[in-house]
Amino acid sequence: MKGLRKYLDKIKPNFMPGGKYSKLQSVFEGFESFLFTPNTTSASGVSIHDSNDSKRTMTVVIVSLIPCLLFGMYNIGYQHYLAIGQAASAGFWEMFAYGLLALLPTIVVSYVVGLGIEFIGAQIRHHEIQEGFLVTGLLIPLICPINTPLWMIAVATAFSVIFVKEIFGGTGMNIFNVALMTRAFLFFAYPAKMSGDAAFVATEPILGLGAGNLVDAYSGATPLGQVATATTSNFELTNIVGEPISALDAFIGLIPGSVGETSTLCILIGALILLFTGTASWKVMLSVFVGGLFMGFIANSFPSPTYPASSLSPIEQVCLGGFAFAAVFMATDPVTGARTELGKYIYGFLIGVIAILIRVYNSGYPEGAMLAVLLMNAFAPLIDHFVVQANINRRLKRAKANNKL
Amino acid sequence: MANIKIKKGIDLNLEGAIASAAMESATCKSYAVIPDDFTGIVPRLEVKEGDNVAAGGVLYHDKAFPEVKVVSPVAGRVTSIVRGERRKIEAIVIEADGSGKVKQHDIAGGDARSVLLESGLWCVMRQRPYDIVPNPSVAPRDIFVTAFDSAPLAPDFALLLKGKEKYLQKGIEVLASLTKGDVYLGCRPSWVPDVKGCIVNTFDGPHPAGNVGVQIANVKPVNKGETVWTLDAVSVARIGELFTSGIVPFDTVVAVVGESVKRPHYVRCTMGCTVASLLDGNIENADNARIVSGNLLTGSHVAADGFLRFPYRQLSVIAEVRNSADFLGWASLSPRRFSIYHSFTRWLLRGDKPAEVDAKINGGQRAIIMSGEYDRMLPMDILGEYLIKAIIAFDIDKMEQLGIYEVAPEDFALCEFADTSKLPLQQIVRDGLNKLYKEMN
Repeated sequence: MKGLRKYLDKIKPNFMPGGKYSKLQSVFEGFESFLFTPNTTSASGVSIHDSNDSKRTMTVVIVSLIPCLLFGMYNIGYQHYLAIGQAASAGFWEMFAYGLLALLPTIVVSYVVGLGIEFIGAQIRHHEIQEGFLVTGLLIPLICPINTPLWMIAVATAFSVIFVKEIFGGTGMNIFNVALMTRAFLFFAYPAKMSGDAAFVATEPILGLGAGNLVDAYSGATPLGQVATATTSNFELTNIVGEPISALDAFIGLIPGSVGETSTLCILIGALILLFTGTASWKVMLSVFVGGLFMGFIANSFPSPTYPASSLSPIEQVCLGGFAFAAVFMATDPVTGARTELGKYIYGFLIGVIAILIRVYNSGYPEGAMLAVLLMNAFAPLIDHFVVQANINRRLKRAKANNKL
Repeated sequence: MANIKIKKGIDLNLEGAIASAAMESATCKSYAVIPDDFTGIVPRLEVKEGDNVAAGGVLYHDKAFPEVKVVSPVAGRVTSIVRGERRKIEAIVIEADGSGKVKQHDIAGGDARSVLLESGLWCVMRQRPYDIVPNPSVAPRDIFVTAFDSAPLAPDFALLLKGKEKYLQKGIEVLASLTKGDVYLGCRPSWVPDVKGCIVNTFDGPHPAGNVGVQIANVKPVNKGETVWTLDAVSVARIGELFTSGIVPFDTVVAVVGESVKRPHYVRCTMGCTVASLLDGNIENADNARIVSGNLLTGSHVAADGFLRFPYRQLSVIAEVRNSADFLGWASLSPRRFSIYHSFTRWLLRGDKPAEVDAKINGGQRAIIMSGEYDRMLPMDILGEYLIKAIIAFDIDKMEQLGIYEVAPEDFALCEFADTSKLPLQQIVRDGLNKLYKEMN
């Protein structure tokens, strides 16, 4: 590796101000610090620093997303072969390969568009390239339906990176979760492509893989889609070929839905990684689930045919749809969430409650997790304000009591 | 006596600790006083190059309070006054002449306060707010003394104070005469000196339990408008010795530690001596060494030809850069990589193997992304992140409300070590305090 290091040192002057490629300085430095930990040592203050930096933190989040990503690929293939009636004959690798081919373009588009804008932004500001988008770029494909057209992904990603993140100052400065804003942009700009029966199951063959006709009983509705359109409270959730699905299917994730959100099991594996490494706050994560179960329990205690989702049990509520994914990967974003320790409990709990509230009592939206997180992103600074104010008041009170003596 | 449990913070187990209490001596010719060590004093020189001074002779006084004096640790000749940008005095170098001339103080006549001011020992104290040498016109609410150092590889106070218990007792009596309030002594439960006339509290728990600021916050926090003085027990013993013999003791025991030191040990020397005399031949890989006067969290980076700096009790040496081509360091799975977080694999190492460290920052500066990192390292009722943001924005109201008067830069040292965003927190706090002081006075 010394050779590569020497080569980088040799070409470095070209990228510095005054060099031939000085317009690419940020990009060069981004790649250099990606390859080699910078050798800068502390000038003032502490002489030793922990090895943990924001690159490592983002890497841990990406690692925790990998189970969801791999399972999501497999599930795309599984749903496809189920839809064309070949689920029994197609092998594991065939399904996985189909899902990989279906998802890869979305991942590439999301990263190319987002990182491209980040590179340009960093160069304009003469900043280092920051790592935030490495996570966002993977989250976007995981929370979008598989059939979202690539140009929409590109437009939505560009919108989010520019208007949700960069204009606020880049990574660490944004008010709303960038990946969820991408999803919300798509949801409101192109509703027909983002929900309903045609969005969540890939039905076309890719590169000759997975050719076949859809079976007669096929319907691409997700479980929550079925709930939202149910007319009685006495419905049965089915998979895409009309067979009933159990809570176990929903837990493992062999149901239609956005790519990464179907498998509660894989999400929990990711959650374990995030919690063990201390990357995500257990306070937020736990209180989202508590909030969801609490609201699910209340809704389920008063089932009503007007609101068919109220007949789902609290466990089904947290296993179905994007709830678990939002709890583990979205609500725990430290930048957009509450930052005080007490605030984290309140913030998480309200996300859980509002997610189920929207899901059950707003028939316009079959899923509420995305909107709940975005709504609470807006309120997180307010929650923190009160916690900080409590600290300030405690200090003032102490000073007053002392002055009286 | 109360026992207070500190839960936040962490003890860093680093390589290069001292194994035995054996003590060696070091002597040298050159000594220096560094004005930066005595924050808050604007120096007005009383000597010029070529002047002779006695040990304890005045070198300079403060511009605003001329009675606050800084003195020479040895008898000799002022050989150079090193000036930096805008003629700022960076060091006053004194060549020892071996005459042994010592300034004698009249302890029977003068009152304690003026003897302390004249002797230079006033400057071993700090005041909160602002963490500066105390303003002599303000009487302190209380005086807080810490009797242990919890920083990495710090010397053992029980050893530094061995045989000096009577001076410690005397020093506490002197301090008690300077305040209408109380003198508080913060100790480890394992070593509580037998002294009277002060309130003794014991502190259990990891670093920064030994920081006097943390002890104040957990005993009787500083409020706006109040002033407390802080110092360490070794300095108290020096004050006691001054008020026993009339002579300021300038000898000190320094822990020479760190993984680049071949043989970590205690050295007896005189304040302000050269670091070369302390490290003489006892250091590995000298061209790649970072020499820190003080501990690795709060100490000052000094050159190989530099001088020992206040508080004159620790010298740490580590490698500057251990691996200059650290390929994909952010992806490392090696358990040898030093981290207190579980995102690295150091936790796999069984037992409590001391860590190898270097001075690398290990990453680029970022906005504060992770939350709660400072809170875990700051055992005070202070919202670290919000205070830091208020200081960066220099919002005086918010700084006051969030407790700027209670903190010193050293309280944020562990936060700075653990910070994923790699912000220079101690510098931010120091600059904030300085600006605030200018604004308020």
